[in-house]
Amino acid sequence: MTDDLLALKHQTEAALAAAADLRAWDAIRVGVLGKSGSLTALLKELGKVAPDQRRERGAALNQLKDALAEAIEARRVALDAAALEARLASERMDVTLPPRPAQPGLIHPISRTMEEMAAIFGAMGFAVAEGPDIESDWHNFGALNIPAHHPARADHDTFYLPPAVPGAAPPVLRTHTSPVQARAMLERGLPFRVVAPGRTYRADHDATHSPMFHQIEGLALGRDITLGHLKGCLIDFLRTFFGISNLPVRFRSSYFPFTEPSMEVDIGWNRKTGELGGGGDWLEILGSGMVHPKVLANCGIDPSVWQGFAFGMGVERVTMLKHGIPDLRPFYDSDIRWLRHYGFNPLASAMLHEGV
Amino acid sequence: MKFPLSWLREHLETTATVTELTDTLTRIGLELEGVADRGAALAPFRIAHVVEAVQHPNADRLRACKVDAGDGKLVSVVCGAPNARTGMKAVFAPPGSFIPGTGVTLKVGEIRGVQSAGMLLSMREMGLGEDHDGIVDLPADAPVGEAYADWAKLSDPVIDISVTPNRGDALSVRGVARDLAAAGFGTLKPWAAPAVPAVFSSAVRWDIQHPACPWILGRTVRGVKNGPSPQWLADRLTAIGLRPINALVDITNFFTFDLGRPLHVFDADKIAGGILTLRAGAGETFLALNNKEYTVAAEDCVIADASGVQSLAGVIGGAASGCEADTTTVFLECALFDPIRVALTGRRHQIVSDARQRFERGIDPALLPDAVEAAAQMIIDLCGGEASDVVSAGAEPAWQRTATLRFERLAGLGGLDVPQDEAVASLQALGFGVVARDAASVTVSVPSWRNDIAAATELDPGPGLDPARAAAAAKGRDAVEAEADLVEEVLRLKGLDAVPPVSLTVAGPVPQATLTPRQTRAALARRTLAAQGLTECVSFSFMAMAQAALFAPTDPALTLSNPIAADLDQLRPTPVASLALAAARNAARGFADVALCEVGAAFRGITPEAQPLVAAGVRAGSTPRNWLAPARGVDAMDAKADCLAVLAALGVPMEALSITADAPGFYHPGQSGTVRQGPKTVLATFGALHPRVLSGLDITGPVVACEVYLDAIPEPKRRRKGVPDLPAFMPLRRDFAFLVDTSVTAEAVLRAARGAERTLIAGVALFDAYQGDKVEAGKKSLAVEVTFQPRERTLTDAEIEAASAKVAAAVEKATGGRLR
Repeated sequence: MTDDLLALKHQTEAALAAAADLRAWDAIRVGVLGKSGSLTALLKELGKVAPDQRRERGAALNQLKDALAEAIEARRVALDAAALEARLASERMDVTLPPRPAQPGLIHPISRTMEEMAAIFGAMGFAVAEGPDIESDWHNFGALNIPAHHPARADHDTFYLPPAVPGAAPPVLRTHTSPVQARAMLERGLPFRVVAPGRTYRADHDATHSPMFHQIEGLALGRDITLGHLKGCLIDFLRTFFGISNLPVRFRSSYFPFTEPSMEVDIGWNRKTGELGGGGDWLEILGSGMVHPKVLANCGIDPSVWQGFAFGMGVERVTMLKHGIPDLRPFYDSDIRWLRHYGFNPLASAMLHEGV
Repeated sequence: MKFPLSWLREHLETTATVTELTDTLTRIGLELEGVADRGAALAPFRIAHVVEAVQHPNADRLRACKVDAGDGKLVSVVCGAPNARTGMKAVFAPPGSFIPGTGVTLKVGEIRGVQSAGMLLSMREMGLGEDHDGIVDLPADAPVGEAYADWAKLSDPVIDISVTPNRGDALSVRGVARDLAAAGFGTLKPWAAPAVPAVFSSAVRWDIQHPACPWILGRTVRGVKNGPSPQWLADRLTAIGLRPINALVDITNFFTFDLGRPLHVFDADKIAGGILTLRAGAGETFLALNNKEYTVAAEDCVIADASGVQSLAGVIGGAASGCEADTTTVFLECALFDPIRVALTGRRHQIVSDARQRFERGIDPALLPDAVEAAAQMIIDLCGGEASDVVSAGAEPAWQRTATLRFERLAGLGGLDVPQDEAVASLQALGFGVVARDAASVTVSVPSWRNDIAAATELDPGPGLDPARAAAAAKGRDAVEAEADLVEEVLRLKGLDAVPPVSLTVAGPVPQATLTPRQTRAALARRTLAAQGLTECVSFSFMAMAQAALFAPTDPALTLSNPIAADLDQLRPTPVASLALAAARNAARGFADVALCEVGAAFRGITPEAQPLVAAGVRAGSTPRNWLAPARGVDAMDAKADCLAVLAALGVPMEALSITADAPGFYHPGQSGTVRQGPKTVLATFGALHPRVLSGLDITGPVVACEVYLDAIPEPKRRRKGVPDLPAFMPLRRDFAFLVDTSVTAEAVLRAARGAERTLIAGVALFDAYQGDKVEAGKKSLAVEVTFQPRERTLTDAEIEAASAKVAAAVEKATGGRLR
């Protein structure tokens, strides 16, 4: 390479290195390779070179052209990268800033428990049944073998509404979910299995009683359902619901007007720690029994052909046990702090295949 | 019911421990409430000999004693009791023992220079009574060194069981003993009434003029000396929480608990006219033994003499003719009363008595003659005197009945194949007699005290039940009810834990849907509201009437007759009311910005249809403060978004909905709307709460709310979806700003624009609404973006122009709006 070409090369390289931005870079590119660029001028002058030197000069010029084009392109890539770096640096944000607020809502623990109950009993072939909160005397009491004089009525602390006509039996706020049994028996074809979760009311208000609370009723009728099935169903439910596969479950004789034989069901727990399972203490958790022949007959079902079991369980009770909630009253107080503490993600609904 | 173990042992021969007995009671349906062992707290206290009691050298009111508590050592004790004297027997508490009456643990101390290493106790200090006049002064023969509780028979555990309403027979110590014996824990001791000779003819007689009393016996005992009961009787009554009154009254209380046989004693000298009549009340007022006055009505059965009402039959006796310390002639009443009438009278007068509790559960109708003998004997034993003949009215009712058990029903109903002989033996142990038995069944006679077995009771068939269906059901009930009673008795004694659990089998491997479509709607609405950011509440269905009235006129049919509190007396007209109250409570705690929801009933009447299920939401205060999105007060559009989200989630065809500005009165009339499907069906309401509601609830606001009427939402059509519309050409979007009268609704503009060119216009969206200085008064600007969707080919400019002109024309025609 002749001196002039070498000089051009060094000069261009130095200029490129000095080019701080794409504008300077482009000036160099045009100054060298443009229509009136220095290298372009040299190439145009090749014709004037003596023929014996032309070949050599041409090769050198082409070599120089390739080298400069490469250097110019390399500088452009470097400048692009630097410019991007600078832009990114200028666009840096404080990523510890809070995002746009999205306050999630939550599902109340009572609803969650009732969903879990529906899922578990659903797998055992139960459908969910319903009834109104304001019930007739017959649905709440008469159908269930609790006549007006029955001592059990006194235990119910019933809320009454004014009678529709003077002297008629006043409507009541249902004291249990058992009236749904009567509705199901009158309306459904046999055999059937239903559970009925819902609101119930009793005129009682202290640390462990609320004038409104929730129960779930269960009723399974068929030709050959026995007390053994009742025990199996309840053990299966309780162990699944509490997630304790060997939860101790105890059955005691008892009395309810609407079942015979009747039994109360206890689960094993530790009274001191409140932990379920071991501990050697027993905690009463629900009442149950074989549906009383009078209840079946009151609802038009022949008890010499059909039989089955029923049970009733407090929703708050099992919710408190499952989640270690110590106090009943805040369930109904709608204190946002309590709800946020105990509420459930609405998108994680109770599904057996995801685990209740 | 309470009873001390020693009383139980009067009827039950057993070697079982207390724990075995109480576990068994719980297992067989007589659930243990607790065991109180009064002796436990008294364990450290011993009977001591006060060897010397002299004046304290440095204190006038104190005595310095030397006490021997049985170990021969003399202990120095300073005592302040005036009755402390040399040679007496007293109760000594050593240092380190806890004194129940004062709550103090004793330490060795020095009182005015004299050591005191213990304490001599009063009854009050032992927690055994109010007597604190001096220390306990025991008889001279009290054994020094023995535990006081043992000597005083206080280390006798008192068992407390809860007796279910069917088991009147178990409201007696003997009934409990019988059940325990039948369950294999001992032998029931025989009991036979003595025969008390009749030496004269009773001057008092019975006259029944009321159906509540089928049979009544009476007997006079004259020449009695009434006074305090002997210690054993007073102890028994005290142990079960009864106050000893006098021997005659205590005897009746004894039999109430011993045999479950309530009795009453009249002072025969206070009975006027010689005849006690059972008759209906006639509005008289009488003073009962509880010192309260009651006015008896025609529904009440009373026992009256010539001077008036002396007793409310089966419930409570009267003060006027009661036995006092000076009673010398007593007339004993032993009656049978109708359980239902006693229950209703007791409830009407709100009297809870041991007699009522037993009569309303039914007492043993065969026991009356024996009870009269036994009670007369005890009166003579404790108070002296001689007995008259037994006077009676009415007759023993025919209580005898049988029940049949087919042995296969033990497994067929009870799930446990109990051996036949064992089942029969269980029934016999309970007092059933075998009348007939074959390979398949046994027929037993029902003992007189088991009113709950094979009882003749009425059915209460459902209103409107088909008569044929009801008759078949009644026939079936007659066939199996008594048998179910017997199955229960056998299983009860066997223990239900013996029944093997059997998992339910299901009809197919995959269960059917558990929820109805309505129930699924409720679940989905709940989850959707929560996903919108509202937190679910479960609030009381009732509230204060004044607050309910802020939301809707209150219906007296929905006012509780017996509210538990004045602020919980009216069923809520809408769950929005509950949520607004909840928002106010949260604001009062410092959390004014809340978003709450609830899915629950609104109450409009007492029929099931008038208790519709409503998904409600309430937002209060402001959105959160944030550097990107400044805080703003919640507004009606937040509530609208919430209810539309629920409707969309429930599959309601959103394009078919219309919004009208006629929401319920609890909303701000200018900032609320009703969501309708068609002209009649109201699906939802939304809006800001009315300022009057806010001030009524004492909230500063803003508060917005929505309600979705879940029962009004039609079942979504389950048909398959059509082929999706996926045109190959790019859609075009054009903006239009219309100047319309302020009265023109956005919906009118959008509807007109959408209808301008149905095949071409795929969507219309409002993106700006302006009202202010830049437009003329009475007008507002509504800006919409219209999406044109070409289907055959790209649109030409001319075609776009034509379509745009149609949009402008359609809006102008419908609303008078002009392009800005």
